[in-house]
Amino acid sequence: MKKIEETLKKLFSNQYRQRTVSYLIVVLAYVIIETAIRTGNISNTIKSLLIPTCSYIVAALALNLLVGYLGDLCLGQAGFMAVGAFFGVVAAAFFAKYISSNVLVLILAIVVGGVLSGACGALIGIPVLKLQGDYLAIVTLAFCQIIKTLLLNLYVGIDSRGLHFSFITDNTNMDPDGVLVIKGAIGANVTKKLSSFTAGVLLILFALFVIYNLINSRHGRAIQACRDNRIAASSVGIPVNKYKLLAFVVSAILTGMAGTLYGLGFSSLKASKFDFNLSILILVYVVLGGLGNMTGTIVSTTLLLVIPEALRAFNDYRMIIYSIVLIAVMLISNNATIMFYLKRCKEYCRKLFPKRRTE
Amino acid sequence: MSEYVLETKNLGIDFGGLTAVNNFSIRVEKGDIYGLIGPNGAGKTTVFNMLTKVYEPSRGTILVNGTDIGKMSTIEVSRIGIARTFQNIRLFSELNVEDNVKIGFHNSISYSLADSLLRTGKFHSEEKDLHEKALELLGIFKLEEFADHKAGSLPYGAQRRLEIARALATNPCLLLLDEPAAGMNPVETQELMDTIKQIRDRFGISILLIEHDMKLVMGVCEKITVLNFGQVLMNGTPEEVQNDPEVIKAYLGD
Repeated sequence: MKKIEETLKKLFSNQYRQRTVSYLIVVLAYVIIETAIRTGNISNTIKSLLIPTCSYIVAALALNLLVGYLGDLCLGQAGFMAVGAFFGVVAAAFFAKYISSNVLVLILAIVVGGVLSGACGALIGIPVLKLQGDYLAIVTLAFCQIIKTLLLNLYVGIDSRGLHFSFITDNTNMDPDGVLVIKGAIGANVTKKLSSFTAGVLLILFALFVIYNLINSRHGRAIQACRDNRIAASSVGIPVNKYKLLAFVVSAILTGMAGTLYGLGFSSLKASKFDFNLSILILVYVVLGGLGNMTGTIVSTTLLLVIPEALRAFNDYRMIIYSIVLIAVMLISNNATIMFYLKRCKEYCRKLFPKRRTE
Repeated sequence: MSEYVLETKNLGIDFGGLTAVNNFSIRVEKGDIYGLIGPNGAGKTTVFNMLTKVYEPSRGTILVNGTDIGKMSTIEVSRIGIARTFQNIRLFSELNVEDNVKIGFHNSISYSLADSLLRTGKFHSEEKDLHEKALELLGIFKLEEFADHKAGSLPYGAQRRLEIARALATNPCLLLLDEPAAGMNPVETQELMDTIKQIRDRFGISILLIEHDMKLVMGVCEKITVLNFGQVLMNGTPEEVQNDPEVIKAYLGD
């Protein structure tokens, strides 16, 4: 009994509280939604939103690692997601030929999507991370557009001899038993929707695990040192570019995984989906949730995906209301008076439960 | 092994057509507290920036314990044992005080990325040591009570002390202090003087400091170099410097 109390105390200590709360919220949301699904108390619209929500959350968490902890603005999230989605779909179609277990195929596809996206991250990261601020944003934005255009012209097919790639026109020259997985501008054809809500939640937990463990280590401290002061960081012997690249690649890997999850949740997939707007949308989730605040990112992503759906009744006006909500939240969270009252409420609550004050 | 911790020979740097520092030669021995003074714009901070390779010198050589650091980067210079503080404080202001010092220890811990992602035993044992080492260092600078405060929220004097603590965490043989007493009141300056002597004795390192507060310079430095318009005006003991007509002229004019 005492041991349990001690563990609880440790989990809610200053050092671990943020982590514990993040994990708890995800698990709690999972249990509630899963129960609702089992008992049939959930609409089809919401049900169809579950997998995209999970993948957007992972992409937003990965972006928060960059914006919140590395302090660099990246507008290429959609590009990394596209790489993960398309190559994840190809990988899934390829592995499905040899492996019968859906779960294993999904895991392998997610790994392939993550690794390829991470490789893209490293490839553009090495020359680009010498840039800072706006310039980095511009280059990553260009990357996103390039990836989209490349994928619009890509043809990938699978036959008994293996994978066939061709570019601009369909020159895959497959055997008669071959199937085109990616058909240029028409997009990818997903033979089997492997993603599930459970897989999505597990991926969120995985992303949280990676990010929290990275941030609270010597590597994470070095990443944050680069954000706060580059010159001071190199003066204490921290190789700034190396740690910037590390954060960039980790973020790209997680985003690629989110992309694969997203891609395998639909029966067809178009490259035009992964445009500039998607990158901005993910950035909005991060900014609204709070820089460096993982729990906030999860909550804001969920809300901002649910609100437009909930507003469907208002039809033409829903995007207007959506923007008004967005502006209102930004104003409120930057308003000193309101934040002051919120803080006082918090203190009042603490006084009501003095026991919860650890240390 | 050279007898000098730091030796520069004819160090100079040009910015375009402007020669900021020229023919700068000093020798700092082990355990020295060495002062670098001079009027505003004399090139003192430029010298620090050359020593830490923030600027690439145009001429001359820098030897640290006999090793030429001419080809090294800022990071390698830090690893060879030069640590510094900055004139305009450069802390990791969003991080807490303890983490600031822990970042100073970055290169003395060795667990890998895999160790931190998987939270292995190596990670936990090294982090535990690190925590103790960081608190011990903070104790020397009377900063333990602020350990979980944000560095940017500390009072000015405490921020200056934290910067020194962070520099010491890199385990240097030579500590460069750029105006450590700037913005401190007389009591804080007196405390700082004691602290400077204390860290020299405790860590056995050499200290090279830039300062305008003559009470501090004359109080702690055993040797002084006076810089004026990028040239060395004179080297000497505090008494010699104080009584030198050239130095008085440089500071007060004709």
